[in-house]
Amino acid sequence: MFNQLHNKRSLQLVMGLLMGIIFGFLLQKGGATSYDVIIGQLLLYDWTVFKIMMSAVLVGMVGIYFMHQRNMIELHIKSGSIGSTLIGGLIFGAGFAILGYCPGTLAGACGDGALDAILGGIPGVIIGSGIFATLYPGIKKHFFFKGEFGKKTFPELFGINPWLIIVPLCIVMLVIFLILETNGL
Amino acid sequence: MSSKHKQQIGWLILVILGLFAASSSVFGEELSEQIMETEEAASSWFLRARWSPYIAGIGIGFLSWLTFLLSNHPLGCSTAYVRTSGMIEQSFKGKETTQKPYYREFAPKIDWEWMLVVGVVIGAFMATFSSGDFSWTLIPSRWSMAFGDAAIPRIIAALFGGVLIGFGSRWTQGCTSGHGISGTLQLAVSSWLAVVCFFIGGIITAMIIFKVLA
Repeated sequence: MFNQLHNKRSLQLVMGLLMGIIFGFLLQKGGATSYDVIIGQLLLYDWTVFKIMMSAVLVGMVGIYFMHQRNMIELHIKSGSIGSTLIGGLIFGAGFAILGYCPGTLAGACGDGALDAILGGIPGVIIGSGIFATLYPGIKKHFFFKGEFGKKTFPELFGINPWLIIVPLCIVMLVIFLILETNGL
Repeated sequence: MSSKHKQQIGWLILVILGLFAASSSVFGEELSEQIMETEEAASSWFLRARWSPYIAGIGIGFLSWLTFLLSNHPLGCSTAYVRTSGMIEQSFKGKETTQKPYYREFAPKIDWEWMLVVGVVIGAFMATFSSGDFSWTLIPSRWSMAFGDAAIPRIIAALFGGVLIGFGSRWTQGCTSGHGISGTLQLAVSSWLAVVCFFIGGIITAMIIFKVLA
């Protein structure tokens, strides 16, 4: 669906910008562009980030699988391996706690007027990405193929209907939200 | 769009509204508090400084439908930084940069995701400016509680943390948006593992910084 629209490059750049504006607006209104909120999540006393992410995942998941099963959209699954996903994820996590923003909320924090994001965070992420791009061939060779599990989704992995995962996951998340709210978190 | 599809989208919206109604009755107390606060503040709900995180999250969920449907793209932010890094390097080294294996896979040029990240800066500014809360801040309050108000330590920490984020996001091939929201909502195995690692790494490091070092 909308294949012609997908191929209009300049129009897509404008749409990316507009969707980014909505994304940034929502991240800021939800509180996720704040260092204090993110650190509060990592120190487990402020669950705002978890609530934003998981309610986005619930709504997104239902719509994406509904549309995917009707061939209205394509999925975009990233490949993964223990050597790539796990090690890189832990490095990212350490950076997440030291910087106090992730790449998306870092951009949002800049719009929010956070000078530590503008002066420290943005140059840091650009430098770190550049270092990786230089070291990429070696890292790929030694780590990316260790414990590879490829571009798989859980329904494919277990060979079951996606809704058998989506519906229980929705229920579990709603229960977790309820527990968080009743405990004042 | 065929009429069949239209009907199906109609049903989907009904289901989501139903889920939303069910969840708002669960979280009704919080929402009604919000409405009261809104009346006290005598400003429209839209312009409030903070929204319920559930509302923001649900909005991002809807936005993800649009990005897949209209742009054939998941929400993601981190490749914008490596493209920027490539564009800066290219301005010094020229062709040598574009021939690096990584930049052959991720060309150093402006794309949809790069524009998305620019949009995030603008959108966040619009949100904070419209509620009248915009201000420049250098030291976040949780940091100053632990390490004081000196600028240099915070900037160095942000720079160092940023380097790890840039390096780690390329290594794990995504960030809290690309893996954490878009990948998990597609039920990708790689993304669920990645997001668990982000938070394990993040929680351990934050505990060390704020409970041991501070």
